[in-house]
Amino acid sequence: MMDSAFITVLIAMLGGAIRVSTPFMFVALGECLTEKSGRINLGLEGNLVLGAMVAYAISFHTGNPWIGVLAAGGSGLILGALHGYICKLPKVNDIAVGIAIMSFGTGVAFFFGKPYIQPSAPRLDAIHLGDWTGNSALAQALQVNPLFFVGIILAVAMSWAFANTRWGLIVRMTGDSAASARAMGVSVDWVRFLATAAGGFLAGVGGAFLSLYYPGSWNQGLSSGQGLMAVALVIFARWDPIRCIWAALLFGAAGAIGPSLQSVGISQGYYFFNAAPYILTLFIMIASARSKGAAREVPGELSITK
Amino acid sequence: MSAETAGSVPATRTPNVRTLKFAESIFVPVFALFGSFLIFSLFLLVIGKSPIDFFTLVWTGGFGSSFSIQQSLQRSAPLILTALAFAIPARIGLTMIGAEGALVLGGFAAAAVAIPLVTGGAAAPIAWLIMAITAMAAGGLWIGLAGWLRHYRGVNETISSLLLSYIAIAIMNFFVEGALRDPASANKPSTMPIGDAYRIGSIPGTDVHWGFAAGVALAIILFILMSRTTFGFAARMTGGNVRAAKAQGLPVGFLMVACCAIAGCCAGLAGFFEVAVIHGQANASLVAGYGFTGILVAFLARHNPLMIVPVAIIFGAIAAAGGLVQRRMGMPDATVLVLQGIIFVVLLASETLYGRLKFFQPEARGDRT
Repeated sequence: MMDSAFITVLIAMLGGAIRVSTPFMFVALGECLTEKSGRINLGLEGNLVLGAMVAYAISFHTGNPWIGVLAAGGSGLILGALHGYICKLPKVNDIAVGIAIMSFGTGVAFFFGKPYIQPSAPRLDAIHLGDWTGNSALAQALQVNPLFFVGIILAVAMSWAFANTRWGLIVRMTGDSAASARAMGVSVDWVRFLATAAGGFLAGVGGAFLSLYYPGSWNQGLSSGQGLMAVALVIFARWDPIRCIWAALLFGAAGAIGPSLQSVGISQGYYFFNAAPYILTLFIMIASARSKGAAREVPGELSITK
Repeated sequence: MSAETAGSVPATRTPNVRTLKFAESIFVPVFALFGSFLIFSLFLLVIGKSPIDFFTLVWTGGFGSSFSIQQSLQRSAPLILTALAFAIPARIGLTMIGAEGALVLGGFAAAAVAIPLVTGGAAAPIAWLIMAITAMAAGGLWIGLAGWLRHYRGVNETISSLLLSYIAIAIMNFFVEGALRDPASANKPSTMPIGDAYRIGSIPGTDVHWGFAAGVALAIILFILMSRTTFGFAARMTGGNVRAAKAQGLPVGFLMVACCAIAGCCAGLAGFFEVAVIHGQANASLVAGYGFTGILVAFLARHNPLMIVPVAIIFGAIAAAGGLVQRRMGMPDATVLVLQGIIFVVLLASETLYGRLKFFQPEARGDRT
């Protein structure tokens, strides 16, 4: 009896982790790209919420959720570009601008999103990976959204590009030392602007996942701060796209513990599991703050690590 | 208005650097405020609404009658306190964004400590005092911890305070869903209500609650502390240049932790008033984003504790007018969020103007003092 309950929890957690982690994955990859270029964007929460609203609205009007996903990315791109443009101006504090963008993005999303709370829009379909097992719980857990795989491919591609392409090198150089980037004739502002806009695009796609797949509807309480936590996730992953995937899965699993325990009748005490990734990130920061080895992984121009 | 009067000093008298700086620090935010009103008006025109109607309604809803003024002051109370929680560490050079968590933790601590006091039948003023002190201690500890980690462990305070906010919210949820849950709160888990006898009322003759008075008092006290005492001077010097401050033998670590602890006390106190005045118990309603709005209020006030009060009142008024705008113009309640967002974005972009407007530069005017 204990065993089967345990397995139920594990399977539910696996499915939950895959579902919950996808938006984390996209915001983390977006933030990772932006931070690699030496700038921090705390406003991805705004991109996420606006992306969720735009995806739902466009999917409702066009009937094609994938157009919704693209539109969500586009809205994120615009917010990211706004952040990137304002931060190009001298004397502007990128952290505060991030919070302003967050408040602007959620405001706009709530304003235009009001009429879309009621109607139901076509949602993204899942790929059924587990039907062959004949186990209904496992089959349900293994219904994976294509965006999950898109995220993994993207992480691998980003990781490869950072290491092996000219563009990747330029982004890393801008993030590590603006002075040497300038000496090479690279426009630091322009690189950071593009990296922030592209990062914003990814966060918007993450929002589309929220409204079009899981939880799969649009309302004002849709996001539970995934965008804001992107910064912590990237620190947790030590600015490495592949590790961002693992970190997102871990954050997702921690978020999925609550509902999985509820499925076997335990409904209390899981809030500490939800907070576990944050506590863990804090400890990692404390442990690595003064270590030289860890300092090598940090983009040198980042305002939060100076 | 005041920008023009301060800026148009007669050419015969030489304005000194201080006056020019002050005029600049008034002019730039006012300019940004009107710039964002303009952008918002364009937005309204695009969606086919009248900007004149809108701003008239905001004025009526925010300042039009004594009732609406009181509403605005009411709404500004938590913003004053959370803005102070950002401004004080900012003066010592720290970007501390954890006021949200300190508010939640403070509110929860106040509600928790109230349970034995209420069942024990303690006198209300004593209960309030103990609740307020507990709330301030909890908040102070939380932000103080972020300050301590920053100075003694080299952990970035912005991220650690953000993480601590989430941990604070989780702590509240843990107890509110578990050990301290009021069985009567079915859909929205809450702590035991403190009861009407222990609710803090309004300032006599008004509808404004005491949180506003406390906010104004703290703003004045902290203004004096930061600009008229050795402590404030040392803190500002540390904010200007940490190495110079260390070379002068200033206790940098103490100053940083103290400023952060003060900040946390302000946010914790905001949580106390949310519980003792508004909600009567601790629950998820405490997580209302006051901490983040406070950051932007502090920026608009240039981290000056006295300026925080009028700025917070403006935002309180905009929030208070939201209901009226919704009813009269048929616009969603998120309209005020859009306006706030535009103000914040334009305002922060306007920071770039400092030192660039020739009019305010003594060198350019040829009258260096």
